[in-house]
Amino acid sequence: MSAENASAAAAVAAYLHQHETKGLLRFITCGSVDDGKSTLIGRLLYESKGLFEDQLAALDKDSRRHGTQGDDIDYALLLDGLAAEREQGITIDVAYRFFSTDKRKFIVADCPGHEQYTRNMATGASTADVAVVLVDARKGLLTQTRRHSYIVSLLGIRHVVLAVNKMDLVGYDQAVFDAIVAGYRELAEQLGIDHVTAIPLSALKGDNLLQRSPNTPWYQGTSLLGYLESVEPGARGAALGFRLPIQWVNRPNQDFRGFAGSIAAGAVKPGDEIVALPSGRRSKVVRVIGAQGDQETGVAGQAITLTLADELDISRGDVIAAAQQPPQVADQFAAHVLWMGEQRLLPGRPYWLKIGTRTVSASVTEIKHKVDVNTQEQLAAKHLELNEVGYCNLYLDHAIAFEAYADNRELGGFILIDRQTNATVAAGTIDFALRRAGNIHWQHVDVDKAARARSKAQAPRCVWFTGLSGSGKSTIANLVEKRLHAMGHHCYILDGDNVRHGLNKDLGFTDEDRVENIRRVAEVARLMVDAGLIVLVSFISPFRAERRMARELFEPGEFVEVFVDTPLEVAERRDVKGLYAKARAGRIPNFTGIDSPYEAPERAELVLDTVQETPEALAQQVIARLLD
Amino acid sequence: MSLPLLNPLPPNPSAPTALGPQALSHLDRLEAESIHILREVAAGFRNPVMLYSVGKDSSVLLHLLGKAFAPGKPPIPLLHVDTGWKFREMIAFRDRRAAETGVTLHVHTNPDGVAQGIGPISHGATVHTDVMKTQALKQALDQFGFDAAIGGARRDEEKSRAKERIFSFRNEQHRWDPKNQRPELWSLYNTRIHKGESVRVFPISNWTELDVWLYIYREKIPVPSLYFAAQRPVVERDGALLMVDDERLPLRAGERPEHRQVRFRTLGCYPLTGAIESDADTLEKIIAEMLVATTSERQGRVIDHDPSASMEKKKQEGYF
Repeated sequence: MSAENASAAAAVAAYLHQHETKGLLRFITCGSVDDGKSTLIGRLLYESKGLFEDQLAALDKDSRRHGTQGDDIDYALLLDGLAAEREQGITIDVAYRFFSTDKRKFIVADCPGHEQYTRNMATGASTADVAVVLVDARKGLLTQTRRHSYIVSLLGIRHVVLAVNKMDLVGYDQAVFDAIVAGYRELAEQLGIDHVTAIPLSALKGDNLLQRSPNTPWYQGTSLLGYLESVEPGARGAALGFRLPIQWVNRPNQDFRGFAGSIAAGAVKPGDEIVALPSGRRSKVVRVIGAQGDQETGVAGQAITLTLADELDISRGDVIAAAQQPPQVADQFAAHVLWMGEQRLLPGRPYWLKIGTRTVSASVTEIKHKVDVNTQEQLAAKHLELNEVGYCNLYLDHAIAFEAYADNRELGGFILIDRQTNATVAAGTIDFALRRAGNIHWQHVDVDKAARARSKAQAPRCVWFTGLSGSGKSTIANLVEKRLHAMGHHCYILDGDNVRHGLNKDLGFTDEDRVENIRRVAEVARLMVDAGLIVLVSFISPFRAERRMARELFEPGEFVEVFVDTPLEVAERRDVKGLYAKARAGRIPNFTGIDSPYEAPERAELVLDTVQETPEALAQQVIARLLD
Repeated sequence: MSLPLLNPLPPNPSAPTALGPQALSHLDRLEAESIHILREVAAGFRNPVMLYSVGKDSSVLLHLLGKAFAPGKPPIPLLHVDTGWKFREMIAFRDRRAAETGVTLHVHTNPDGVAQGIGPISHGATVHTDVMKTQALKQALDQFGFDAAIGGARRDEEKSRAKERIFSFRNEQHRWDPKNQRPELWSLYNTRIHKGESVRVFPISNWTELDVWLYIYREKIPVPSLYFAAQRPVVERDGALLMVDDERLPLRAGERPEHRQVRFRTLGCYPLTGAIESDADTLEKIIAEMLVATTSERQGRVIDHDPSASMEKKKQEGYF
């Protein structure tokens, strides 16, 4: 190596060391539309030499073309990179930008202000350590300030900068600043935000952005950049024991079985005693394999692979934890849920819940209240709409290892996924496990379903008739029962109208009540199938999600979905009970097919065409399907 | 079993050996985040693939892929969408790395484009990129039935990239809808899709160009020699320095290739990728040059300067 190359190598090694040991801070900027977020970030990037000449030239050209700042540079154009954002002059989605100073590296998420894009704001906030909440000095605290501060607190960000921007437009008046700060401190106290630092700014002119401004001699605090370079948000979950949600079981050959994942909390080293959850089996760590090979200790944040002393059956979704300090395991929780779906959240409807590396089926059993994110007022709620936050009880179909979100983001934060569209429809933060989860156990009984079915000499089934009101469900179910009864089978019909007279007489016809109606009847049908019966369920059951929920209560093959396929015009023409006429007259709200949707089955076991065939012939088809 | 890719690395003086809770360095954190993402892809999808385009970002991805599943073999194959207009060295490098790492490599070239003789010189950058890259990529994904495609895009590259999720949903037509992206909270990635839909995954979203080079340096990752300065035959055309890699680059009247000391900051199709004059013939010098660079890495990409083919538009149509 030449002397020149050797010195270059030494210089780069030194630089690499400096680069690597510099801390990283992730922060978001949020606040109302037009409060100058993008200008602020643009200037931070520009001043910290985070912009290249060709990017600046392009920005200059764009600024002239859009002309929003006269001949000056419009930094917003640097961040609003989507065509629709430029057209409308608003931020739709989070932009992640990177810059660094001599002291620190930064990832800043520029979050949209519009209420419509609250979910994108939450996306940016979920990974941030610090939030910069911008307020326009002329306008003071707005609904948007409250909404964003609430989400900041919900997602556990404890360090907030209140950036009072556009101070140049209020003559750098201290009284204006003080009034806004006083109002915000009250809000922060309500929300439980511990650390608030207020800074008077002009992002456009640069006051107090990089250094203290002579225009605000009354302000003695730090500049914004000075704050960002020095704030210590503190480690989360430092006191927690070791937790490793398992992502992947690595089995390249017979001799190696490794459990791979990213350490969510604590540390691990060979020899440590661990417990695998939820099974509760114990073992000892043999090797900790990290990105550079075997290592003495694995720490939070590292992606590692563990090998254990015993052959435990551990799979993706399980959590390996310190044996002395394991997290709790439960299947019922109280949690805050930020609803992001276009369709409302309905209690009782199952969704996929992903927490750590585990995906389970979950439903909200109760919305205790919803929070008006603008006023923090608690309101009664039967469902949640887009961008609403509810405090809910959740029930999962499997017990999971978890921690309160306040202690551990990785094992306390979850998302909900719609089972039909696969869209991510909610973000949730676990508060605590419900005590009743631990106290209800399945009562073991000696006579089982198979024994009961044998004594009746039949295969128990749940035959689920779905279709519009007046489609002929009950007529056909009745014929089926008569035939089966004559053949000596044990059957029972659960009819929508009849069940509503008793078990479900407290329920109406809103979407929420329809979901609960189906949940209850599906549970009853399951008990009857367990008792060895053939159950004929005759319910409109308009939503796919609930029919799927019902299906999943049964063993494969036990659930037979029968779509009584009668077009709306035909059912309405028949109008056996006179209900369509009333609905058309506006006297029955939420009537399926009129002002409430019917979702036809996509994979019914049987589709019965009532236009072409007689009820008797259709009943015969059902019987043939049951007895084949 | 031992794969060359997975050989233990020589001790690194700058990497802490006894790690305390605060001892994770910047590159360690980025590396861990990327490995986490790669493992989620392997676990969450039926048939994932990694797009391998032979450049520096791809080289880093391939290295991370090895680490994520070591000591096992990565359960994700590679796909190279070959436009037929890559530098000759890139193809040789690609085949060598695939052989060395033992990771399965698929290569796809759009047969319709070949039949029509589509090329960057005859048809222009926009048509060439659309037919030989975007359409070719979609063909390959459909043909193999890949439901997740990992790519090396970074958020610091371009404005619309800065807006993209790490797991970026695509519909059955491979379209990206920037106004309707799935919320992506914490490191919880939604991998559920219907048949025919797919997801593009960007494990190094949060890396910068400088991070990539420093990681290549720290980990001693091989990259094509085109990144290092050398005497190469070039012509200056429309403000860009084009390398005369072979006879496929027709010279315009008055153009004569001359030897200059040049290197590349990014590697695309060779007539569309401008070289820069540079003396940086070692990794150390490349990094030193980066630290004082005043232009972005995409500045030499001819295609980026075509306003009708903005990155956002191309991505909506299925480009990476």
